[in-house]
Amino acid sequence: MIQRLVFRNLFHRPVRTGLTVLAVAVEVAMIVMMVGVAEGLLQESLRRTRGVGADILIRPYISGATISTADISAKLPDLLVERFPDISHTLGVTLHTPGDLQTITGVDWDELEAMSGGVVLFEGRPYEAPYEAVVDELYARQRDLSVGDGIELMGHDFEITGVSETGKMSRVFIPLETMAELQGWQGRYSLLYLKLDDSSKVRGIIEEIRARLPDRNVSSVEDFLATVTTDVRQMSTQYTNIIIGIAVVIGFIVVMLAMYTAILERIREIGILKAIGASKRLVGTIVMRETLVVSALGILVGYGLSLAGRELVALKYPLIPVLIIPHWLAIAAGLTIAGSIAGASYPAWKAASADPCEVLSYE
Amino acid sequence: MQKSPIIEVRDLKKVYRLGSIDVPALRGVTLDVAEGEFLAVLGPSGSGKSTLFHIVGGMLAPTSGTVRIAGLAMSELSDAQRTEMRKTTIGFVFQRFNLLQTLSAEENIRIAQHIAGTAGRDGGHLEHVIRILGIAHRLRHKPHALSGGEQQRVAIARAIVNKPRILLADEPTGNLDSENSQAVLDTLTALNRELGQTVLMITHNPEAAKYCANRVLQMRDGRIV
Repeated sequence: MIQRLVFRNLFHRPVRTGLTVLAVAVEVAMIVMMVGVAEGLLQESLRRTRGVGADILIRPYISGATISTADISAKLPDLLVERFPDISHTLGVTLHTPGDLQTITGVDWDELEAMSGGVVLFEGRPYEAPYEAVVDELYARQRDLSVGDGIELMGHDFEITGVSETGKMSRVFIPLETMAELQGWQGRYSLLYLKLDDSSKVRGIIEEIRARLPDRNVSSVEDFLATVTTDVRQMSTQYTNIIIGIAVVIGFIVVMLAMYTAILERIREIGILKAIGASKRLVGTIVMRETLVVSALGILVGYGLSLAGRELVALKYPLIPVLIIPHWLAIAAGLTIAGSIAGASYPAWKAASADPCEVLSYE
Repeated sequence: MQKSPIIEVRDLKKVYRLGSIDVPALRGVTLDVAEGEFLAVLGPSGSGKSTLFHIVGGMLAPTSGTVRIAGLAMSELSDAQRTEMRKTTIGFVFQRFNLLQTLSAEENIRIAQHIAGTAGRDGGHLEHVIRILGIAHRLRHKPHALSGGEQQRVAIARAIVNKPRILLADEPTGNLDSENSQAVLDTLTALNRELGQTVLMITHNPEAAKYCANRVLQMRDGRIV
């Protein structure tokens, strides 16, 4: 009977209930999407690095997520191959990250294909001339580019000659020599990838290279990815925590206002319930149950919004992958319910404390 | 040995404070209501009869004096105990019916049983009450679809469904036309005469008071006169 009263109360004011459900849903979707974008970007970045197919990565000691420098000598690969015959492939690349944070990679296309086991081109061909470029399919889709189109990179016009599969090193590729010419990086690389015939020798070779190149950061690709994962998660955790905090506070305020308004509007009904013997606890429970029903509906709608949001982002912004992470669905639900219960506490207390005589005296 | 009254009110005073002004609503009311009696308290607006109703019903604390319901002093009861008393010992009927608008007539009656914990184990009392009040054909309707008289009969059903020892009625015909007023008074009279229900009715209508009460007390300016 009490459950029936709870549902009737909620459906008695469908617009207010609907708006509250929507606010809770937005809170859930904000949390799920925020974490989903952070994790999606990270996983996509890791996938592209793994897609190179290398075992070892040599890079400068730098901090930050992007590299726009090249101080590894182009002679190093030959010296390493000579010293370590287990190295089957080397791949030196140069990286430049302009203002839009979309890294441009200078790489010899044939060497990239050799190391990665081949890069599928959905359209066109690899670059053959200096000011030609290959972009991956998501980049092409977001910028609405296709083979033959022009694109401005580093203040110069490039012609797109191919659209590649995604998940192989980078989204924008240009010839190594062109990057060197534009940046003044002749004879130098930003990063050097090594691939071994026998991957069980990775640790030993890394130790030896470290001993010979103490000013270089030498690591296995897997260790590098683990480090990146930890660093990026540490950074994104602070950011996502702020967003999550804001979402929970908004949800708290919305639920508090909605339930407080409902209590004021139904104060007479509460007085009636108390006059016929409803305890403070029962009255408070009714308010809390209404809150939980609204929260549960909001969570379900929020899940739906998250899925719809993921599809919308994929359509509108293909470069931003959104990962819906199952355990974050549960965390978002938990945070939402906790915030809603906190928000409903004052209205519930107010309702439970209502004086039936005072309330019913408004004749 | 004479049985003690079910309602004992002694030297009851209530003063409302409005800003810096004290407004006395009750100036020393003393009355008894015997079990099975139908007492009407008659008085004009402002005579203090509604204040008396709320204090006897345990919804308002007096400034001084005592109220004993079934031998228990209301002032000695905790808030939870007074709530328990409203649930089991006292049934209320209000001038404005005070039905829950989102529930049907039947649900309005059943929720009182639910709150009292008697739902489903009343031995057919609910059906009996519904039959006595003649509302069986209107049970599925919401309050807004019922006439004033029907709403008040539903409110009476809700008030007595838990077999309270006392029925308190505050101007039960105040919002009704003469035909519906008569029907409600007939119902209250029948409950008192046929079921032995103790009734304390507050009214400003002398004819209504005389029609159904065993005894009528007149109130004026916060006193029984």
